[in-house]
Amino acid sequence: MIPEIGHFLLILALGVAGLQFLLPSWGVWKRDARAMAFGQSAAQVQFALVFLSYLCLTWAFVQKDFSVTYVAANSHSELPLMYRISAVWGAHEGSLLLWMLMLSGWTCAVSVFNRRLPADITATCLAVLGAIAVGFLSFMLLTSNPFDRHFPVPAEGKDLNPLLQDPGLIIHPPMLYMGYVGFSVAFAFAIAALVSGRLDGAWARWTRPWTTTAWLFLTMGITLGSWWAYHELGWGGWWFWDPVENASFMPWLVGTALIHSLAVTEKRGLLKSWTVLLAIIAFSLSLLGTFLVRSGVLVSVHAFATDPARGVYILGFLAVVLGSAFSLYAWRAPQLKSDGDLVFFSREGLLLLNNVFLVVAAAAVLLGTLYPLFVDALGMGKISVGPPYFNAVFIPLTAPLAAILGLGMAVGWKRAKFAEVVRQLRWPAALALLLAAGLPFLWVGSSGFAVFAGVMLGSWVLLTSVHDLWGRVRAKRSLLAGLAAVPRCVWGMTVAHLGLGLWVLGVAFVSLHSVERDVRLAAGESAELHGYEFFLRGVDPVHGPNYDADRGTVEVTREGASVTTLHPEKRLYRAQQNVMTEAAVDESPFRDLYVALGEPFDNGDWSLRMYYKPAMQLVWWGGFVMFFGGILAASDRRYRLAKLAQAPVSADGKVTA
Amino acid sequence: MRFLIPAALLVVLLVFLGIGLKRDPREVPSPLVGKPAPAFDLALLGEPQRYTQDDLKGRPVLVNFWASWCAGCRVEHPLLVKLAGEGVEIVGMDYKDTDEAARQWLQRHGNPYRRVVADVQGTAGLDWGVYGVPETFVLDANGTIVYKQIGPMTEQAWNEKIRPLLQGPKS
Repeated sequence: MIPEIGHFLLILALGVAGLQFLLPSWGVWKRDARAMAFGQSAAQVQFALVFLSYLCLTWAFVQKDFSVTYVAANSHSELPLMYRISAVWGAHEGSLLLWMLMLSGWTCAVSVFNRRLPADITATCLAVLGAIAVGFLSFMLLTSNPFDRHFPVPAEGKDLNPLLQDPGLIIHPPMLYMGYVGFSVAFAFAIAALVSGRLDGAWARWTRPWTTTAWLFLTMGITLGSWWAYHELGWGGWWFWDPVENASFMPWLVGTALIHSLAVTEKRGLLKSWTVLLAIIAFSLSLLGTFLVRSGVLVSVHAFATDPARGVYILGFLAVVLGSAFSLYAWRAPQLKSDGDLVFFSREGLLLLNNVFLVVAAAAVLLGTLYPLFVDALGMGKISVGPPYFNAVFIPLTAPLAAILGLGMAVGWKRAKFAEVVRQLRWPAALALLLAAGLPFLWVGSSGFAVFAGVMLGSWVLLTSVHDLWGRVRAKRSLLAGLAAVPRCVWGMTVAHLGLGLWVLGVAFVSLHSVERDVRLAAGESAELHGYEFFLRGVDPVHGPNYDADRGTVEVTREGASVTTLHPEKRLYRAQQNVMTEAAVDESPFRDLYVALGEPFDNGDWSLRMYYKPAMQLVWWGGFVMFFGGILAASDRRYRLAKLAQAPVSADGKVTA
Repeated sequence: MRFLIPAALLVVLLVFLGIGLKRDPREVPSPLVGKPAPAFDLALLGEPQRYTQDDLKGRPVLVNFWASWCAGCRVEHPLLVKLAGEGVEIVGMDYKDTDEAARQWLQRHGNPYRRVVADVQGTAGLDWGVYGVPETFVLDANGTIVYKQIGPMTEQAWNEKIRPLLQGPKS
């Protein structure tokens, strides 16, 4: 009964979403205030319906209702409750429902927080979001209904994919979807700007917190996904340039560009059509990611059950949504006039330059991701593009990004004197050089050009961020008063840039100075890796709720002193007979020690993979710090004040990037 | 005009995605399909005589490249044993392996092979265009390759692709 209610609620939501698209659109066209206002109530009702429907599916999982096809395929009577709840988004149908929940949640938030915006802008936004919801809801109801039943009812479920039975993976997809779907709001704002023809500083100010919020969730989602792959896949890697990873990374790159271009549009009234284009592209890439993951056009380690009908539907949906958006852009964007000139050596000039690098990097990733598909479609054979391409293309494109970033923060809006900037930045530059020369030796005991360049860029970003903050604080009477006077959105920028700096440092060290070793050990034997002694005490069987495992005990010592004891596991999940590697990692800010169990040998020996990974933690910390910076930036009170229609300029006269 | 560029790029992208939908990226065509099995002359595991491509003629046969060191082979092994039990003739090509390891492996996991050819150097594998083990070639009664399965044999591949081929017009 409950699943049928869930199904019925989805059908109702589809109807409401349809009205949410049609009535406000008609209202904007006819200037009918009542029809325009309808969008808000529709958005809230739609959210309530989807939310209840989502609860129905969760209920079916909690109750182990194996008569529901989707539950039977992704759950098991021995599956712990935590994973039964997260199994809702463990496969295609349910993750679509989660996606839909996020979309209606974002839409509902727009309807609540945008009350003070001009009625036609809000109405257009909600109509666009309603149209997207119609697309996704009908996609679910036509091709991927999570509430389908099947008879006879199986006695046992097929269990959740063991790869997904990990705490990291419980929150990874929701975070990622929040980011993907969040860009739909920026997209809706962009369409509203094109339709109304009003694109000014106020528009940019309305759009900024939404974009930043979507971006911060995406940042967190990508970081968690990477963290998960590192712990769960047992290859010691943290980024594989897999099509599905790329699908999340491309919107991130374009979203980052969008955040910065919005700043220029708000402060200077420039780059208007570019900003709108970025908003459309960011969401396009989110939709494209959905298509790539679910249509099976590319080979990926993230296998979703694929079905040609679904691919055709999403492709049609892409064509309609993006086709109309880009046509509207081609028609209306020429009318968006800039309110001034752009000087190259100014903050907006450098921001534009960084935008170009970010977009070109995203395009390079897109090309590499789709290249196998292009080549195959042209009948030139089957190829695969791997990390060598991406590393060779991506790193040269992002290195200038870090260099310009540090410069950009020191350069003022409108125009700046080059000599003055050089004078200001001479200390950060000298210090970054010093760190680049010394830090690799202190950290990993050797150096080279690549790590020198990496540390140079990472510390340059860190030092210029601190320098910029110091410049703001120094003018005030005391340090505390100075720090308190720094507006929250500046804190957000600084913290996010610090995160990037940490990330660059981490990536430089871990990708250039990791040491790995494959060994064959019997119980009681040990092996040496980068000064650490790994002693295999033994491998014992253990039993989890729904798996059986071999659990190794590896004692790590350094120069006789105990460092840690690690327990890598090899789990056999009973229901699907899948073997999973659970790597064991000793984490510290300076280095990770990583051990994964390989295959057993006939005589009871085990193959072990051991890694020494310097500064691995900085990569995660970089992501978390960027996430936190996003929270600070998005929660600046300037945005809340700006929502009061005729609110006076805030008393302390904050003007910041 | 330049504002039309994004729309034009979108159209190109959509066309390619549309074509991509019709193709299966996992299907790597083998140039050998439709051709006679490449020649080889190798020793058999545990038997005195030698074995050549001519011995594969006369009835449909599965030629399965495997090795005792290969994890994917262990995955498909129960299915091969089951198929052998149903009377399907499978010839094993023990690829870059030692006789001793192969014999132990077959003893432990069961032997689905009518004959096991010892391709110790991997020369036959090279001529047959093997990317990696396991791979399975389906040969008709004339010794012509009619299908190639890359990676472990699956129930689905067997039921949907291979069984219909073998049950086709009997020669």
